[in-house]
Amino acid sequence: MRARRAAAWAAAPLSIVLITTACGGGGEPGGGSAGASGVTISVNGTEPENPLVPGNTNETGGGKIIDALFSPLVEYDPTTAQPANMVAESIETTDSQVYTIRLKDGWTFHDGTPVTAQSFVRAWNYTAYSPNGQQNGSFFSHIQGFDQVHTEDPDGTAGPQTAPQPAAPEMSGLRVVDDRTFEVTLSAPFAVFPTMLGYRAFAPLPDLFFTDKAAFEAHPIGNGPFRFVSRQPGANIMVERYEQWPGAPKPSVSGIEFRFYESAEAAYADVVANNLDFIEVIPPSGLAGNLYRTDLADRSVSRTYLGVQRLGFPLYDPRYQNPELRKAISMAIDREAVNQQIFGGTRPPADGLVAPDVPGRVAGQCGDLCTYQPDRARKMFEATGFQGPIELTSNADSGNAEWIQATCVSISNALGVQCTFVPVPTFGEIRSAINARQMKQIYRSSWVADYPSIENFLNPLYRTGGSTNDGEYTNPAVDALLARADAAPSAEEGNALYQEAERLIIQDMPAIPVYFQSFQAGWSERLQNVTVTPFRELDLESVTVSEQ
Amino acid sequence: MSRYILRRLLQLVPVFVGTTFLIYLLVWALPGDPFAGKCGERACPDAYVTRMREEFHLDENVVVQYLRYLGNLLQGDFGQTFSGTSVGELIAAAYPVTLRLAIVALLIEAAIGVLAGVLTGLRSGGFLDNLVLVSTLFLISIPVFVTGYVLQTVLGLRLGIISPTVSADAGFGELLVPGFVLASLSMAYVARLTRTSIAENRRSDYVRTAVAKGLEPRRVVGVHLLRNSLIPVVTFLGVDLGSLMSGAIVTEGIFNIRGIGGLIFRSIALREGATVTGVVVLLVIVYLLMNLLVDVVYAVLDPRIRYV
Amino acid sequence: MSDPSVLGTAVAEPGSSGAGGGAPDRARSLASDAWHDLRRRPLFLISVTLIAFLLVLAAFPQLFTSVDPSAGDLARSRQPPSAQAWFGYDLLGRDVYARTIHGTRVSIVVGVLATAFTVLLGGTLGMIAGYHGGWVDTLVSRLTDVVFGLPFVLGAIVILSSFREAVGGGAVGITALVVLTMAALSWPVSMRITRSAAIAARDQDYVRAARALGAGPARVIWRHMLPNCLAPVLVYATIALGAFIGVEATLSFLGIGLRDPVVSWGVMISEARDYIRVAPHLLLFPAAFLAVTVLAFVMLGDAVRDAFDPKGR
Repeated sequence: MRARRAAAWAAAPLSIVLITTACGGGGEPGGGSAGASGVTISVNGTEPENPLVPGNTNETGGGKIIDALFSPLVEYDPTTAQPANMVAESIETTDSQVYTIRLKDGWTFHDGTPVTAQSFVRAWNYTAYSPNGQQNGSFFSHIQGFDQVHTEDPDGTAGPQTAPQPAAPEMSGLRVVDDRTFEVTLSAPFAVFPTMLGYRAFAPLPDLFFTDKAAFEAHPIGNGPFRFVSRQPGANIMVERYEQWPGAPKPSVSGIEFRFYESAEAAYADVVANNLDFIEVIPPSGLAGNLYRTDLADRSVSRTYLGVQRLGFPLYDPRYQNPELRKAISMAIDREAVNQQIFGGTRPPADGLVAPDVPGRVAGQCGDLCTYQPDRARKMFEATGFQGPIELTSNADSGNAEWIQATCVSISNALGVQCTFVPVPTFGEIRSAINARQMKQIYRSSWVADYPSIENFLNPLYRTGGSTNDGEYTNPAVDALLARADAAPSAEEGNALYQEAERLIIQDMPAIPVYFQSFQAGWSERLQNVTVTPFRELDLESVTVSEQ
Repeated sequence: MSRYILRRLLQLVPVFVGTTFLIYLLVWALPGDPFAGKCGERACPDAYVTRMREEFHLDENVVVQYLRYLGNLLQGDFGQTFSGTSVGELIAAAYPVTLRLAIVALLIEAAIGVLAGVLTGLRSGGFLDNLVLVSTLFLISIPVFVTGYVLQTVLGLRLGIISPTVSADAGFGELLVPGFVLASLSMAYVARLTRTSIAENRRSDYVRTAVAKGLEPRRVVGVHLLRNSLIPVVTFLGVDLGSLMSGAIVTEGIFNIRGIGGLIFRSIALREGATVTGVVVLLVIVYLLMNLLVDVVYAVLDPRIRYV
Repeated sequence: MSDPSVLGTAVAEPGSSGAGGGAPDRARSLASDAWHDLRRRPLFLISVTLIAFLLVLAAFPQLFTSVDPSAGDLARSRQPPSAQAWFGYDLLGRDVYARTIHGTRVSIVVGVLATAFTVLLGGTLGMIAGYHGGWVDTLVSRLTDVVFGLPFVLGAIVILSSFREAVGGGAVGITALVVLTMAALSWPVSMRITRSAAIAARDQDYVRAARALGAGPARVIWRHMLPNCLAPVLVYATIALGAFIGVEATLSFLGIGLRDPVVSWGVMISEARDYIRVAPHLLLFPAAFLAVTVLAFVMLGDAVRDAFDPKGR
C-alpha cells in the first residue's frame, strides 16, 4: 500500500518535467523566445475582497494573486489537474489517517527566511482557530483536534449568544517532527487528504505574519514563484519573479500586473486591442454568437473547469419533498438547447454530479434522469399533484438570468405549468436566506471544486451536515457509502465507492445538475505557450512572451 | 452678497450631518448580511462572520455606529473597507478622475447643447431644428451602453483613433469620447431647454425694444437674449455636474474609468457603509457648492434678482 | 418677431367647443385660451393622435397581437424578423412584436406616472421655495440637496425591498411602488429647475403688480407665475419620460423592479445589451417604440408650452 502511494506521488514530478521540456524547447517556430526575461505581462483581475492572507481568501480576485505569491505542498497539473508534490518531498501514509509530510530543502520565503515544517503547522493552526475568524477555517475539519480549536455559534451569528472560547489553542493532530518533517493525524481515515493540500488554505506563512500582521497585510510575504511589489487600490497589484524560487519550471516572465477592471467588457476590449495580455472571463457580449472566436482569432480558448451548475431544492420545504417531482423537473430541462442557444455550445449538459476532468469521475452517471423527455416528465409531474407555478431564483448580480429563463421556458413548455425567474438583488442577500434555510423557491446553486477530486463534489454537498448541503438533503445509505469511500485504502477503491454514492444521490435528485461550467479565455498577440489551468488561471510559470 | 455666501456655507453643516446619517441608515437597512456572501457557495464559518461584525461594530445600534463614524470622519478618518483598504485612499484615487470626466462631459454638453439650442431657437421649424430634434430622440432612446459600446468598437478597435479604455492617469484628452457618451442624454436636454428659452425670450419686450432701437442682431442675441435665456440652462448644468459624477457607472464600466460611480455601486452591493457614506458626502458638498455658484450666477445673469 | 396669429386668437369663437367652457362673456381664462389655441396646431394634433394610439396599445394589446408575449421556444432563439414574426424572436424564442406591443402598457404607465409625480412634487416644492425665498427656500433647498445626494440605486433597493411585502405580489402594486420610488428619488432636479424659474419670475413686474393688487400667494403662483415657469419643466418632463422608461429596466435588472411575465420596453432594451452585434433586431424595435413615444410627448410639450406662454399672445 505504501509502495502504491509512493509510486503515485513519484509519477507526479514526471509531468512537470514534461512541461518543462515542452516549454524550454521553444516549440513555436517563429515566435517563442526564452530571452524575453525582462517582460512584465498584464492579467485581468478584480480587487481582492480581503487582505492577501491565504487562510482568509476564498474568492477568485484575491485567489489568483495568492496563488502567484504562495507555493503549496502539492500543485495541480495545469492541464490534467492531477496533483503532484511541490514543496512536499513526500507525503506518506499507511492507513489514510496518519500522514508524514517531508519538505524539500532549499525553499525560502520572499524575505529570505526558510520554509519549515513549523511554517505550515503554525499557519494551519492559525487558520483553524476560530477566534481568528478566517474564512477557510473549516478546511481543517478533517484534522484531529479541530473541534477543540474551532467552535460554532450556538444560535447563529445573528443571535445574541456568541461562540464559546475554544478549549485548545492548537490542533492535536499536527506534530512537528523536525525542521523539514511534520505529521498530520486525521480524526478519521481520509484518502483524498493529500489532494486537498494544493488548496491555498494549506499554504505556509512566514514568521513575520505572526509577529507583525499589519506589516504582512501591507506587504504580503509568500514562498511562491512571484513576490509582492506594490498595490494601488482600485487599479492594480504588481508582483515580480522571485529568483530564489526553487520550483520548476522557472517563470519566463519577470513580472505580472494584476490589473483591476471596472467591467469584463472593458478588459475584453483591451485584450482585443492588445493593451491587456490575458483575460479569463470573456464577457457575455463577446460570447454571444461566439464572437470572441473572430475577435481573438487563434488567441482564445474555451474549456470546462471543475464546476457544475445546479438547481437546488430547499428540501426542508414540504412542497419539494417528493423525489418524483424533482426528477420530473430534471427531465423537463432541454440541457442541450440551453447549451446551444445561451452558451453557444460551450457548456456541456450535465450528465452527472461531477465535472469533467475531475480525477475519479465517470461520465453518464445521471443517465436517463438528466435526459430531456418532455412526455415522461409531464406524466410524472402531473402524478405529483404539485400546485402553483414553478419559480426559479438566483442573485441578479451574477449574470445568470439568461440560462435560468431559458431553463424556465423549457420546463414550462414540457410540463405545461407556468415557470418564472424570480431574481434576488445580491449574492449576500440570497446567501443569507440560504444559510437561514428560508428559501421557498428552487434556487441556483453552483459549485466549483476547491481541489480536483470526486470527493469534493459529493461530501460537502450531499452528506448529512455537509458544509454546503444547503437543501438539508439526508440519506443514511449515501452517508454510509461516503464514509466508506473516505476511508478506502486506495484512491481507486475510494473512487469506485464515491461513484456508487453519486448514483445513489441522483436517484433522490436533491439538486438538478444542469450544465458543467466552462470558461473562455483570451490573450494578446504577444503571449505564447498559454496554458489555462482548470482553476481558470493563467499558468504563470509556462507562459512566454514574444517580442515583435 | 458675501454675507449671503457665508450663510450658505454655514448651511453645509446640517446638510452634511443629515446626508451622512440618512445614507448610513439606508446602507444599514439593506437586506442581507454583508458577510454571508463572502465565502462563495459555502456558508462562511460563524467565526469569520463574528470577527468581521465585531471589527466593523455592526452589532451595535445604528445610531452608535453612525456617531462613531462621524467622530472618525471629523478627525479625517474615512474608515476602512472590508478588505482593509483605506476608504480615504480610494476616494483620493477616484475623485480626481471622476471630476475630470464630469467636467469634460459638462463642457461638451454645454457647448454642443447651447449651440444647438440657440441655432434651433432662432430658427424654429427649419431643417436644422428638425435635425436636432431627431438627434435628440436618438440620444434619448438609444441607451448609453449602446452609444458607448459602438464608439469604443468603431473608434477604438476598428479605426484605432482612441485607446478602447482609459489609462489609470485618465488625462483630459483620453476622456473626450467617454465624456461625450456620458453627456449625451443631458446634451439632448440642454439643447431643448436652450431652444425653448430662446424661443420664449425672443418675443419678450426687452428684445423687441433692443431690436426696435436698431441694435445689431448679433448683439441682441449675444447680450440680451442669451444672457436672459441661460438661467434655466445654468441651473440644470449646475445640478447636472453632480449627476454626471455619481451616475457614470455604465460609461465608467465601458471605458474602464476608475471613478466614483462604479465605486458607489460596488460598495452598495457589498454593503460597505463607510465607503458609500464617505464618497457620497463629498458628492453632496460638491452639489452644495455648485448650487451656491448657480444661485450667484443668477444674480449676475439677471440683474433683477437680488439676494439679501 | 411678430406673429399674425397672435391677434387671431383674441377673436372669440363662441359655442364651437364644449370643453372650452366657462363664461364666454368674461375674458377667457388662460387655460381655455390655451385649449382654443391648441386645437388648431398640427403639432398638437399629431402628438395627441400618436399618444391616443399608444394608449390604445397599452389598454388593449390583444387587439394587435394574439401571440402570448411570454411563450418561448428555444429552437427559434434570436431568429431575425420574418413573415411569421414581424420583429423576429428574442433570445428565449419569444415573439418580439408581441412583447413590444404588450410592453407598451408598463412602459407608458411607468414613464408617464413617474414623470408626472416627479414634476408635481419637484415643481410644487420648487415653486414654493422660489416664491417665498428666505427660510422656506433654505429649508426646501437643503432638503433637496440631501435627497439629491442619495445614490439612486441605494435608495431604490432599500425602498423597494422594504415595501415589497406590503404591496403584495400583484403587478399593479409593484408598478405603483416602482413609480413612487422613482418619483421619490428623482424630484430634486425638477425642484431646482422650477425654483430657478420662479426666482426669475418672482421679481417681474406683472407679479409685483398682482401682489400690489392684493392677490394671495396661491393666486399669484397659480395664475401668474406657473404659466411663466412651465416651459423649462415641461421640457425636462418630456426628456425625463424617456429616461424613466429606461430606469424601470435598471430596477428590474437589479432584481427589485417588475418581474417576468410582465414585459416592458426597458427590459427588452436591456436584454438586448449583449446581442447588439449578433441580433440587433432585439434592440431596434423596442428602442424605436420608445423614440416614437418620446417624440409624441416632446411635440405635445412644445405645443402646450407655446399655447400657455403668455408672451406668445
